[in-house]
Amino acid sequence: MHIPDGYLGPSTCVALYGGAAPFWWISLRRMKRALHTRMVPLLSLFSAFSFIVMMFNLPLPGGTTGHAVGAGIAAIVLGPWASILAISIALAIQAIFFGDGGITALGANCFNMAVVGSLVSYGIYRAISGRAAISSHRRVVAAGIAGYVAINVSALIAAVEFGIQPALYHDAAGAPLYAPYPLHIAIPAMMIGHLTIAGLAEMVVSAGVVAYLQGAEPALLRTTAPGALPDGTASTARGFNAMKPLWVALAVLMILTPLGILAAGSAWGEWAPGDFADRATRQQIAATSQHSAPPVTAPAGLERLSSFWTAPMPRYAPSFLHNESFGYLLSAISGTGLIILICMGAGRFAGRWSAGRQPGS
Amino acid sequence: MKRSFIESTISSLLAASQYASGAEDLAASAGALQRVDPRVKVAGLFALIVVVAVSSKLAAIAAVFAIALLLAFTSGIGPGRLARLVWLPVIFFTGVIALPAMFLTPGRIVLAAGPLDVTAQGLRSASFLVARGETAATLSALLALTTPWPWVMKALRTLGCPMVLVAILGMTFRYIFVILQTASEMFESRKSRTVGQLEPADRRRLAACAVGVLLSKSLQLSGDVHLAMQSRGFRGEVYILQDFRTRAIDWCWLAGFAVASCGAIWWGR
Repeated sequence: MHIPDGYLGPSTCVALYGGAAPFWWISLRRMKRALHTRMVPLLSLFSAFSFIVMMFNLPLPGGTTGHAVGAGIAAIVLGPWASILAISIALAIQAIFFGDGGITALGANCFNMAVVGSLVSYGIYRAISGRAAISSHRRVVAAGIAGYVAINVSALIAAVEFGIQPALYHDAAGAPLYAPYPLHIAIPAMMIGHLTIAGLAEMVVSAGVVAYLQGAEPALLRTTAPGALPDGTASTARGFNAMKPLWVALAVLMILTPLGILAAGSAWGEWAPGDFADRATRQQIAATSQHSAPPVTAPAGLERLSSFWTAPMPRYAPSFLHNESFGYLLSAISGTGLIILICMGAGRFAGRWSAGRQPGS
Repeated sequence: MKRSFIESTISSLLAASQYASGAEDLAASAGALQRVDPRVKVAGLFALIVVVAVSSKLAAIAAVFAIALLLAFTSGIGPGRLARLVWLPVIFFTGVIALPAMFLTPGRIVLAAGPLDVTAQGLRSASFLVARGETAATLSALLALTTPWPWVMKALRTLGCPMVLVAILGMTFRYIFVILQTASEMFESRKSRTVGQLEPADRRRLAACAVGVLLSKSLQLSGDVHLAMQSRGFRGEVYILQDFRTRAIDWCWLAGFAVASCGAIWWGR
């Protein structure tokens, strides 16, 4: 994701230096106030650490390896402001001394990776980890998700920066003068690699380091966990109270399910055999299929397999209910309840299986 | 034979170390750019990089590349070294991006090859990408290979970079090599104790633990360095000795850089 020189036009580079500058200024002020004499050595060492972490080859699921940016773990341990400065300094040294990333694009790289990466990962980590105890597994999951989402948001912003270049800078004949691909190519090209390899690398390093620190140096996780419950109290926070916001959100979503009835037509590709004979539905199918006329009768295979299984609540409308909205709501409640039951059963089974594998049990 | 991730990581760390050590040796040797006042060099090379970024004519970028080559050869940096350190990595990275642009950019077809027609606009766009990437990277490498890092820092300070940032950049660069050494030793020791292949999950656990240990060592070291700085009188204010003297020859270099930059901007506008 290190953008080299020559990929972004001059005004984009200046705008992104301008975009990163206020964050550098606020970070420096906050760090000076909070750390005073400790600021220089702490930021220096942490920048050096961030630089080295970017060189690690991380083994990923699937047998490949990837590199992490380290913004996730930096924000989790030091907080977002110190992380912005530490990652920016590491990026500056990479650009000036090692030629990794451009000097004119340094503002863009710092904005994408240091500013956005640090703020997004910190926000997600704090939101998911909540008041969980320092030793809680929830913090590991929160760190993994924070690292994964942060690097992907950074990559998306970089892709947008690339994607707007052909529209901003081209010669009289239409040849792009900087990054040549428009948004519809730049975004998928950038995101495929980050949603898979780079995102996984960041997730592995963020979650793995938090798991390691929970056991070896829990004090390092306390800076960004001001309201964390004392260790050992995690069990009392479990159950309904710990998950209360999620249960409330789930209930609201269930109540809102009848809104689905407002949507006109049926989802593309989810047609019933009878839809092919219905004139209005045929028009809808044609309109959503680039005006290709659907076959006059339902395809034979679809006709045969559609009656293979008859659902107890076909089309979210139980046959014994005449009110469509109430049918939707009942379907939502039954479906959610079924999923919760399956998950609880699987969790209990996994717990017993794991206990059976413990030495001495 | 496929290398393990431990070996790949050691190799990456070693490559960074070797690059820095090679750059230090070269910066200490006799050469045209090595004799120039670092402030003039930093300002001049940065100006040329900006020129490359703003120029919209390939010929102007090519002229700056020719200047960069001339500067490299007179500073004892041969084409082999530049190719290994700069040109090949850049062409590998930029080439992958530039190559499809020749076919995907719509425009006048200059080479019909079935579904992959090369367009004039695509060719021009790819040429811009490669030319800008190679020239800017060569100029950056000239600065890194001909100037000791502390001098680059002092020059940045003279050119208006905040003192505290210069101090952090300087210390970071120093401690990169300390942490690099620590990381390298950690992986070497692990490699010497590893028999056979590690399971994928163990490899991931090992990498995450290595990062965690390095993080905790870095923070501990920062505490030690802070105490050492305080015991030597550090109270939060950063002072940097400035012992650069601009000679007549440096003014000539500055004029040369200014003429080259302005000329290339005028030509490439």
